[in-house]
Amino acid sequence: MTRVSFTLNGRSVTTEAAASESLVELLRDRFALYGARESCGQGLCGCCTVILDERPVSGCLYPAVFADGASVVTIEALSPGGGLDPIQEAFIEAGAFQCGFCTPGFILMAKDLLDRHPEPSEEEIRRQLSGNLCRCGAYPEIVEAVKLAAIKRRTTRRQT
Amino acid sequence: MSARQIGRSLPRLEARAKVTGRAEYVHNLRLPGMLYGKIFRSIVPHGRIRGVDTAAARAMPGVELVATAADIRTVVADPYYGPAFHDQPILAEEKVRHVGEPIAVVLALDPKAAEAAAQAIEAEYDELPAVYDEVEAAISPVHVHDALKPAGTFPDLAHLAGRRDTNVALDFHLRRGDPERAFAEASRVFAHTFRTQTVMHTPLEPLVSIADASPDGVTIYTSSQSPSFVRIEIARLLRWPENRVRVKTAFLGGGFGAKVYVKLEALVTALSLLARRPVKISLAMEEQFFTITKHATTFHIRSALDREGRITARRCEVYWNGGAYADIGPRVAQKSGFSAAGPYDIENVSIDSYEIYTNLPPAGALRGFGVPQLVWAYESHTDLIARSLGLDPVEFRRRNLLREGRPQATGTLMRDARLEAVLDRVAARLDWGGSFARGGGTKRRGRGVAIGFKASIAPTTSVAIVNISADGSATLYCGTVDMGQGATTAMAQIVAETLDIDAETVRVLAPDTDVTPYDMSTLGSRSTYHMGLAVKRAAEEARERLAALAAEAGLPPGSNVPTPEIFRKRYGMQAGNVVGTGSFVPAYTPPDHASGLTDNATPYWMVGAAGAEVEVDTETGAVTVLRLVLAADAGTPINPKIVETQLSGAAIMQLGFTMQERMEFADGQLLNPSFAEYKIPAISDLPARIEVDLVDAAEQSGPYGAKGVGETGTFAVSPAIANAIHDAVGVRVSELPITAEAVYRALRLAAGDPLPQG
Repeated sequence: MTRVSFTLNGRSVTTEAAASESLVELLRDRFALYGARESCGQGLCGCCTVILDERPVSGCLYPAVFADGASVVTIEALSPGGGLDPIQEAFIEAGAFQCGFCTPGFILMAKDLLDRHPEPSEEEIRRQLSGNLCRCGAYPEIVEAVKLAAIKRRTTRRQT
Repeated sequence: MSARQIGRSLPRLEARAKVTGRAEYVHNLRLPGMLYGKIFRSIVPHGRIRGVDTAAARAMPGVELVATAADIRTVVADPYYGPAFHDQPILAEEKVRHVGEPIAVVLALDPKAAEAAAQAIEAEYDELPAVYDEVEAAISPVHVHDALKPAGTFPDLAHLAGRRDTNVALDFHLRRGDPERAFAEASRVFAHTFRTQTVMHTPLEPLVSIADASPDGVTIYTSSQSPSFVRIEIARLLRWPENRVRVKTAFLGGGFGAKVYVKLEALVTALSLLARRPVKISLAMEEQFFTITKHATTFHIRSALDREGRITARRCEVYWNGGAYADIGPRVAQKSGFSAAGPYDIENVSIDSYEIYTNLPPAGALRGFGVPQLVWAYESHTDLIARSLGLDPVEFRRRNLLREGRPQATGTLMRDARLEAVLDRVAARLDWGGSFARGGGTKRRGRGVAIGFKASIAPTTSVAIVNISADGSATLYCGTVDMGQGATTAMAQIVAETLDIDAETVRVLAPDTDVTPYDMSTLGSRSTYHMGLAVKRAAEEARERLAALAAEAGLPPGSNVPTPEIFRKRYGMQAGNVVGTGSFVPAYTPPDHASGLTDNATPYWMVGAAGAEVEVDTETGAVTVLRLVLAADAGTPINPKIVETQLSGAAIMQLGFTMQERMEFADGQLLNPSFAEYKIPAISDLPARIEVDLVDAAEQSGPYGAKGVGETGTFAVSPAIANAIHDAVGVRVSELPITAEAVYRALRLAAGDPLPQG
């Protein structure tokens, strides 16, 4: 076991991880965070997406010990105190999910895009989300949700 | 007074839980002391098991138990299960019948220890000849099973009991009119063969079940579409009363038919009884491909035409590749088989539909219950006929469509099925009569339409309970599983409409067979209609009981007293509750065994059409779907937004089955059980435009005019695309998926310069 210290959703944490342990396992088993979830186990579906040092990674492939010293953001960070992030609001308003299993991954990918490009084109949205799978086929609504989220974030920023 | 609740596009009630990552799935559940199971699977497609060596696995660190079929027999006397046939062993004994069949399981506290130990198990087999093709298997001397074992669940399968030395698990026959004579008298006759491939549902929450069993009872937590069925089947296997089996579900991370009936539940229950600990098995994505698939099919279709372009007879011969275990395949062959001639008014029909055992993974229900395979054939065929006759494909369909009140092939009259309106809507959206830019050079454009229909599932039962508490809040006890289709929200809207409250205030319990009453299953687009009617009746009874309570409290009839006040007047404080129950089972006449005819095949019909515009690259065969238009008769939608996303989502799934997905087998070995090589649609695979259109409709017998819609979007997508390709480049693809290679081969063949095979 290796000692791992990192920032998790804004808090400093320290734990131990086995060499074989993935980041998504660590989040689930040590921190009871279930929003990032393993589905395909090969980094091909995006259900396990977390943001690590401001870049999205596949948590099912990312070795937990490599998180040492990093800053990790999960879907749970987006709704502190029960309020919703504008992206989450937009996903609800656009009806951008069905079963919800892939949804945290899509929302984090949307956040990653909007943090870097507050006014993305539809083409940029589609490219950003092309590595995430939604078997329910909510893709058209997901694209609409990201467009809506961009508007919401601009509006929110102007107000604050 | 609240506003009308039916027709509201309110977001799913569980929306907040899903966007915050906090929605409950069995995937996330862990119980104290729980062991993880890892399955050891067959590597041969057909063979006698000479021995299973588990000694090395048992000796590995952290291993608590290794179980084989012999161990299962110590806790389950007759360990065979299945909804139609009791043909599937909990773990293989004596024989294996497909690659990937479970043979043994390792249990450990650490799932990685279980996985490592499972890899240390070795089995020896005497390999047997195997059959894979559904048409060959129908007459092959190689038999997957020695004898048929129908479950007794379905009276119309009883005659199959004890049939030996056959791979034909079910043969369904329909005869209407005099097809032979009609073919003899025909002006023109057309005959084609169409095929579909094996595909998998791939729910992103892979199959997962937990059992916590003791001799006193078992609680099963499972990602299942069929909690009531699981309860009854596990009780049967254990010879226990139903009330000792509790089945709980949570939200499902997708289902699509993969999670119907029993999948892992019998295995985890037996293992938990053996280990005396809770046991969880979570399949890896790869393992799902060995568990349940969608039938590959071969469909020979033949039509007789008169001089006016009317179809006078149609003969359908459908072979369903059921794989090694029947699952619900025999019902697919029959229940969808009877619609194989399409939504056309044809006097003379002959249908032979065969469910065939092969040495492939079992096939079952996948979003459409066989109908998409049928529509692929009959709508490709219909289009070919129109083109040969020089008739416009839309006009040809219009000429032959079933009209309201006319008998479908079974003899059942069409009611509340707006076939023509749905077809017209697609044609109008495509501006069918208008000009169309056909491209040029190596990029040719074309467009096509197709229409399909489907009967619902009968006779099946749903029961619901509505409770009104003393503060006026309502709770629905209902066994319908929410797997993403929005059932929870739709049911809440039905309760709310009936009780005149806001849907957001209704609490809908997750299925728990100790709490929620019986429901046949969440499948076949049946919940909105069947459960919807039960829920409506339960809410109506609760409303009546509330009125009775008001009368007991001395309030005049019809007085507008708030509900909490009624309870206070009656009980002197915030106390008491009223409960309404409702059940629904549709009227149904089983088909005559010999003729397949019945005057009541289904409580309602689903209708879906599609239109496609495509561009074909003649240098590579690559097809780009530029535009996909969907129209449907979904009755009166309870929640229009959710209905629209059900249609577009189903169409996107079917787009994957049309353009890219195929489980590739070589001698029974699956070559691509992974998203690396089995590609489901991603956002980059979508047409630039997807349009959804609902025609004005009402299902008179449904709850507030509604009917099912979960499968409708799948029906017509595949043939609409093939028809558009034909329109673009004049070649026909008759087998799914429509790969660039298939189109390029067809182009070369048409040019008189065929590519060599291989």
